[in-house]
Amino acid sequence: MATDSQLDLWEVFIQGRNGSHHTHAGSVHASDKKMALQNARDIYTRRGEGSSIWVVPAVAISASNPEDAEAFFDPADDKVYRHPTFYQMPEGAKQI
Amino acid sequence: MNNENTALAQDERLRSFEEYVGEGKAIEPRDWMPEGYRSHLIRQISQHAHSEVIGMQPEGNWITRAPSIRAKQILLAKIQDEGGHGLYLYSAAETLGISREEMLEQLQTGKAKYSNIFNYPSLTWADIGAIGWLVDGAAIVNQVSLQRTSYGPYSRAMVRICKEESFHQRQGYEIMANMMKGTPEQREMAQDAMNRWWWPSLMMFGPHDGDSPHSADAFRWKIKRHSNDELRQKFIDKTVQQAEVIGLTIPDADLKWNEETGHYDHGEINWDEFYRVIKGNGPLNKQRIAHHIKAHEEGAWVREAAQAYKQKQAQKYN
Repeated sequence: MATDSQLDLWEVFIQGRNGSHHTHAGSVHASDKKMALQNARDIYTRRGEGSSIWVVPAVAISASNPEDAEAFFDPADDKVYRHPTFYQMPEGAKQI
Repeated sequence: MNNENTALAQDERLRSFEEYVGEGKAIEPRDWMPEGYRSHLIRQISQHAHSEVIGMQPEGNWITRAPSIRAKQILLAKIQDEGGHGLYLYSAAETLGISREEMLEQLQTGKAKYSNIFNYPSLTWADIGAIGWLVDGAAIVNQVSLQRTSYGPYSRAMVRICKEESFHQRQGYEIMANMMKGTPEQREMAQDAMNRWWWPSLMMFGPHDGDSPHSADAFRWKIKRHSNDELRQKFIDKTVQQAEVIGLTIPDADLKWNEETGHYDHGEINWDEFYRVIKGNGPLNKQRIAHHIKAHEEGAWVREAAQAYKQKQAQKYN
């Protein structure tokens, strides 16, 4: 039991103020969620950068594979009609 | 035939990798990268992290003797920042596949280096001013350049660090400025700190470009964006005026403004000293590592207790 360890890896997401997104800020090491939150506060919000913190065990995150990115995101490539600039507006129409 | 195909595929990957970083685009942890890129970054980022952490020692030396409660609070906040910077950087290095345990072991066994500057002692309170103003000032020049390094996690850590470092430099300069307005003894103390820290600060940028062993790959892969000499010159050019404003003399008889180049010329750096310190024979190399090991060992029970608590909680709720 007495093996030394640098504890588990957690990813930290910080919301700057209410109304904005939680954004990935970096990582911390901690053995449980309370320690992870406190470490994240001390490491990433020393100057009032946050009003809320999420910590997530790094092992719980699933990520898309960069090698497959082209095929994975391909479905969006041929659907230009999803953008407003695709449409031709009649001459003289305003506020559209 | 098969081997040949694999080799060709490797060449193709390397070529497209270099084209990609050549366009100024960022590499993320799970992207393919050449082994040389990975190992160069692990060495550079872990060395950078170790420097932040070992750099806490010369300043920690003065916490109990800070001349006012204001100075003590500032110094504590600054040292806490340095610890934080070390952690941002260790995390960035970990994304490349090295563990925190391995990095600590490399530091403690001397396999990994840290910035030479922290092997010098902080003898007086003016040294705290000189460290903030000159040592952090030199570090900032380097770190500003690294904000655009090609590896995403390293670049993001640099952006965060640069935001925080400017407080460090300003608090150091304020200490020096106040001492230069003080008694003759205080002015003398400030000048003495300047004399001892100036040259080691210039050495922080590393050897001259021609003697810098890892430069070629680092430039091609956009890990480095500016050369050692370029960054050193930038630091000198902006620091000379700051010294003049508060009445400090730069301890370099050959320092003079060069109208033609638009830069200051400076005297030759004592590279023998640089290599002597890097090889472990600076004033405090052994003490710095011994202290790190001691703090690490004395903290082991905290990590063990945290692990035991985690296991107990898991048993309770599963």
